[in-house]
Amino acid sequence: MNASPVIDKNPTTGGSAPAKSGGALTFLRAKLQQSLAFGTLIVLVVFFSIASNNFFSWSNISSILLATAVIGILALGTTFVIITGGIDLSIGTGMTLAAVMTGIFLVNMELPLIVGVLGGLLTGCLMGFINGVNIAILKLPPFIATLAMMLIAQGLALVISGVRPIYFSGVEGFKNIALGTLIPGLPNAVLILFLLAIVAYLLLSKTLFGRYTFAIGSNEEATRLSGVNTRKWLIVVYTVAGLFTGFAGVVIAARLDSAQPQIGVGYELQAIAAVIIGGTSLLGGRGSIMGTVIGALIMSVLINGLRIMSIQTEWQNVVVGVVILIAVFTDTLRQRRSVS
Amino acid sequence: MSTQLLKVSGISKSFPGVQALQDVQFELNRGEVLTLVGENGAGKSSLMKILSGIYAKDAGTIVLEGTEVHIDSPRTAQQLGISIIHQEMNLMSHLTVAQNIYIGREPRTMGFVNERKLNKQTDELLTRLGIHLRARQSVGELTVAHQQMVEIAKALSFDAKVLIMDEPTSALTDSETETLFHLIAGLKASGTGIIYISHRMEELRRIADRVTVLRDGRYIGSLDKGEIDIPTVIEMMVGRHIEEGARPEAREHADDDVVLKVENLGTRRLLKDINFELKRGEILGFAGLMGAGRTEVARAIIGADPSEGSTITVQGKQVRISQPADAVAHGIGYLSEDRKALGLLLERDVNTNILLASLKDYTGPLGFMRPGKGKQKSRGYVESLRIKTPSIQQITKNLSGGNQQKVVIAKWLARDCDILIFDEPTRGIDVGAKEEIYRLLNDLVAQGKSIIMISSELPEVLRLSHRIVVMAGGRITGILNNEDASQAKIMDYATNMGDEKE
Repeated sequence: MNASPVIDKNPTTGGSAPAKSGGALTFLRAKLQQSLAFGTLIVLVVFFSIASNNFFSWSNISSILLATAVIGILALGTTFVIITGGIDLSIGTGMTLAAVMTGIFLVNMELPLIVGVLGGLLTGCLMGFINGVNIAILKLPPFIATLAMMLIAQGLALVISGVRPIYFSGVEGFKNIALGTLIPGLPNAVLILFLLAIVAYLLLSKTLFGRYTFAIGSNEEATRLSGVNTRKWLIVVYTVAGLFTGFAGVVIAARLDSAQPQIGVGYELQAIAAVIIGGTSLLGGRGSIMGTVIGALIMSVLINGLRIMSIQTEWQNVVVGVVILIAVFTDTLRQRRSVS
Repeated sequence: MSTQLLKVSGISKSFPGVQALQDVQFELNRGEVLTLVGENGAGKSSLMKILSGIYAKDAGTIVLEGTEVHIDSPRTAQQLGISIIHQEMNLMSHLTVAQNIYIGREPRTMGFVNERKLNKQTDELLTRLGIHLRARQSVGELTVAHQQMVEIAKALSFDAKVLIMDEPTSALTDSETETLFHLIAGLKASGTGIIYISHRMEELRRIADRVTVLRDGRYIGSLDKGEIDIPTVIEMMVGRHIEEGARPEAREHADDDVVLKVENLGTRRLLKDINFELKRGEILGFAGLMGAGRTEVARAIIGADPSEGSTITVQGKQVRISQPADAVAHGIGYLSEDRKALGLLLERDVNTNILLASLKDYTGPLGFMRPGKGKQKSRGYVESLRIKTPSIQQITKNLSGGNQQKVVIAKWLARDCDILIFDEPTRGIDVGAKEEIYRLLNDLVAQGKSIIMISSELPEVLRLSHRIVVMAGGRITGILNNEDASQAKIMDYATNMGDEKE
């Protein structure tokens, strides 16, 4: 019996004082990066609207959204990978290979539209699956495994296409996948981005898969020791990222009405930048789909706004680079504060 | 000049909440091997860290060759001629022997490293020490023993007068140990004083000129060569008057079913021929000194590390466990000694941690979570285990050690595991919470769970375990019934003195 006062005393010193406010504080902190990113987006929109009369018009907003679609879809998929603490460099050229394969299926093999599109998506899944196996089973570092896949996809896209664009002009309805307007005034590519964002949100926040994605990123070994088959789930994560890469491939092909085998390089870094600006931690364990969507929008608003203000293309990259530095710096600052 | 090399007296050191050392003393003469012994946590390592400048002492004096010295950094210690060889090696495996020994002190010509001179002086050093290695060999290709030799050569390249070796033989084979002893004899002859920390009693007899015993951070006594007698030393280590603390009630159902049977478990590095049985409703204690292989047994059983040639039988059925997920599927849960790194998702909330192993039970069709049901379960465990947390949304990092441990326990209870392996269940937990964990363990076995408890605290082992497995050097050296066990007896087996299994 004499033990119980000790036990009762312990927790009051141990936890409840910082903890009571901790619940609300943690919640606020989790929202902060998102609201910070969201605030930045609003500030940018207001700034460019004042700076240029042409910025805040429906046609310009629609073109910003269209420009966000491809990078946004890539960013959605790679958010999962980054939350596990990994990285996927193969999404840019992987997207190109998916586009080229879609072209092969639809133009060269003249398969039905739906089959060709599915083929493009499967191409993406397959690349993601191979990445996952290399990382989870063969234990290659994600950077290396996906760097190799990036080169392989780039090479294959060139070889398969014969270094020539594949034009979809004869394929009825393909262009509409990106440029048609099921909702008047809104290109389908944007609709696809939003639908995929909702799917990604549900996956990450509401499913077992999402829970394990966060758990692996927080502490992979502890998760494994808890009896979670971390190898299997890592493969699923990379395959899902591959599926999104496939979607991006189909969308970009439809938007350009052609599969351009020489584009793709650099898309992966833009997508990763969008994810980071959106508050997902490169160290894993933390991130959100909402943040990624906002991060992708910030990037396109910036580029579009600077263009409208007639600032040279060369400077646009500089600005985007500075924005990434600021985003990550505020994030580390916040982390450091939360530690102390 | 007198033969006294080093005289240390009145050393005290405390860490927040712990008095690591209190008024400790010892002396070291030239050309002498002083063996420092004590149980885990007796303060040997803290004392050596003070001598080598890693920790600052709170009180006490260190007199080297007649003058008092103040060791404020590892560099000062080196300049004074005190070198330490740590238990875990600090070599860069991609560099050569010479590059490792003289790292940071490379001979230079016009700013460039003079590789030839470096190799020449290394070869001279190795010849002088009688170490048969070449300067240009890459360290990564050497055996563990030879790497140890490189460490020793490195330590002595500072012209060390005092050489501290922290369990140098823990990774060596018998013949490699012989080589090391040979080298030590040579160093003694040249007048170097050696402080040798070891758990192995037979080594004491071989090389010690004197033994100093520490217990609970205090100096217990020293024995000169003629007086060294192993049972006496062990008695000094565990305390002359061993308090007979609480013991578990004798189990009435001694012939209960065997829930876990391990046969011929081995690993490539350490474990050999591990055989034991765990019975229903039993706490089976695993005792042994650090590095004896207790955690390795647990990790091999649950498939966290690869094992060789073992047969594992759970509830009478032979099973194949190749990863932790398999172990969990068979109802075996492992609670790591390193709660923060391996047991918890520190940055996530209590709810997530409690449900981590059983998330599938709260998953509906299409993989969608049913958070409500899970939260209810979590709250239930927070209440029944009396986890002190303002809510299940609290980030686990903010909980005290004892409550974090309870979260880990809740995780396995939520998964409904019948066999629980607790690795150092009360490490880093204060006294009050310890009592509560003990009560919890007893409650669990009363409910029919079976527990393997690895612990370095002998009173804890004796208080809770119905039977005690003692390990040394990767093998089981004895299995004792609680009634027959005592601290001295366990230490006996843990230091390899036991003759045969009972």
